Amino acid sequence: MVSLKQLDLTDLSVRQVNEYLHGELLEERPARVEILNPDGLHSIAAGLDTEVDIDILGHAGYFIAGMNQRARVTIHGNVGWSVAENMMSGVVHVKGHASECAGASGHGGLLVIEGDASSRCGISLKGTEIVVGGSVGHFSAFMAQAGTLVVCGDAGPNLGDSLYEATIYVRGSIHSFGADAREEEMQVDDFEKVAELLSRAEMNFDAREFKRVSSARSLYHWNADAHQEY
Amino acid sequence: MSSDKSIQREESASFNEHSLSYIRQAAEYGLYEIRGMGAKRRVPSFDDLIFLSASASRYPLEGYREKCESKTVLGTRYAKQPIELEIPITIAGMSFGSLSANVKEALGQAATQMGTSTTTGDGGMTPEERESSKTLVYQCLPSRYGFNPNDLRKADAIEMVLGQGAKPGGGGMLLGQKVSPRVAQMRTLPEGIDQRSACRHPDWTGPDDLKIKIEELREITDWKIPVYVKMGATRVREDVKLAVKAGADVVVIDGMQGGTAATQQVFIEHTGIPTLAALPLAVEALSDMNVLGEVQLIISGGIRTGADVAKALALGADAVSIGQGVLVALGCNHHTYQRADGEEVDVTADYAKLGTAPGYCHHCHTGQCPVGITTQDPELEPRLIPEVGAKRLKNYLQVLNMELTTLARACGKSNVHHLEKEDLAALTVEAAAMAKVPLAGTSWIPGTGSV
Repeated sequence: MVSLKQLDLTDLSVRQVNEYLHGELLEERPARVEILNPDGLHSIAAGLDTEVDIDILGHAGYFIAGMNQRARVTIHGNVGWSVAENMMSGVVHVKGHASECAGASGHGGLLVIEGDASSRCGISLKGTEIVVGGSVGHFSAFMAQAGTLVVCGDAGPNLGDSLYEATIYVRGSIHSFGADAREEEMQVDDFEKVAELLSRAEMNFDAREFKRVSSARSLYHWNADAHQEY
Repeated sequence: MSSDKSIQREESASFNEHSLSYIRQAAEYGLYEIRGMGAKRRVPSFDDLIFLSASASRYPLEGYREKCESKTVLGTRYAKQPIELEIPITIAGMSFGSLSANVKEALGQAATQMGTSTTTGDGGMTPEERESSKTLVYQCLPSRYGFNPNDLRKADAIEMVLGQGAKPGGGGMLLGQKVSPRVAQMRTLPEGIDQRSACRHPDWTGPDDLKIKIEELREITDWKIPVYVKMGATRVREDVKLAVKAGADVVVIDGMQGGTAATQQVFIEHTGIPTLAALPLAVEALSDMNVLGEVQLIISGGIRTGADVAKALALGADAVSIGQGVLVALGCNHHTYQRADGEEVDVTADYAKLGTAPGYCHHCHTGQCPVGITTQDPELEPRLIPEVGAKRLKNYLQVLNMELTTLARACGKSNVHHLEKEDLAALTVEAAAMAKVPLAGTSWIPGTGSV
């Protein structure tokens, strides 16, 4: 058994790296894989479906660890758009900042971003739990259906627009709410949930500092008498 | 002189009964109309073209004896495993949710029997659908309801949906009455609430991002299966070029006559361009980019007959895709449904309860489909028996292909893909201008300077 496998994107293409991760990796079963010199390349470690630790050493591009299942992927740098898009399970941990649409339409697993995430973080979320150490941009959790977004910094305009059953927790300021999103009182379950997610994300904030945002459910039915925000 | 002083009745052209009805309805309910099916208005269509079949200057093939090939291959550009079909007629994406599980199964069975493909839809892939369909195209839709990598890897092709002919630029609406526990579970939303599908994808916003998104899908599927890009027909020339640039193996263009399970009437009637107009623009775009034959083109939107299919191929499509016609073949808008024992049960009264009648129903959105097609109602769904539906649909597809090959042979072709624009003429100036074929009896193609 190989304990450490190193794949250098200076010598290999993304296709070759992913080919290894989808194929040979399952036979070699290394305890850990390091991907060197990502240099902003896209779709690195996309489509993983195995329990393995992967470290991407540097800044990476779009769709990193897209549709991840079971793997624990750590990016030691910043990432471009849509990191961990449609993730099903496992953990994706960004040590730096993330660009737009982080965790878009994710079904499960945990996405941790130590820095800031840009706009539309958690858009169309379907069950993934996202913890952002910094701030998130506008329209974050837009149309989020299920799952949790924890923001340790501030939230930009139109937070939680058209939110369904996902829950958002924000420690800092909220610029504005989107249609149908509203602040609700934190309950015991909320404090426990935030504390648990912060612990898993290895972040030291006090859960009592967070506010809860969820859906007012007024857009749930097509109804002439309902206030149509649109 | 007559003493009858009755008022002469003259309808206003602007405020005719149709407009009056619309205004009254808007005033009463305060909401625009949501409905199913496709455009009700008449637009230039394949009906306005005719074939210049062979006689002296061309030599026809024997209609009942000589073979005419209809095999079709899609996705030859990048995919390791292109799609191989027996006929150039595919079944369009229609979701489980808008359609019943029985219908999805029937579509799969019929498609498999005819050697063609069927397509998933908003709501994801059901196990029954995968099992019954030999070739299944998996749609990646803006809502991403039920979308996951496990199903992606089970697919034979991916269709990245950017829009639909019935509602380009808009999302769909699945009203709460159709959101059964199973539909809700697949879509990760509460049961019984209205599900508003997104009009744009959550993780990219333009053609540059789309290119990277397509690469991601290819990486996840190890470049094995083709990637289609489907769009509603609007700015076709530009959109096709961007789709090709983004890496599409196959481009699917859906004209304005395309159907839908539910969207705003204003979208259905007032957005998009007719299929007849869209197809030549798409072909021109592929030609401009020198990818004709390398990137395949599927056209959809109001295709009903073998003649429509033949005309679409003659204008340059590699295949067609059919949705609404498929539903009609299954029994949509029919006054009866067939029970397991073969007996026909009249459901005219059920149509009346909906405020409609067989032949005029566009109530797919209500979930109260009298023939059990666009429903999740446990009492209505069994009205469509998968095997019965599959047989009817297989018959329909078979007729389409027989009509297609008949017309091709009449034009002297031993392969349906040899049909060409030169085989066509137009019956109206509008159709000639849109299809860019000569007006019948002339060599005039409006807008090209030809006489």
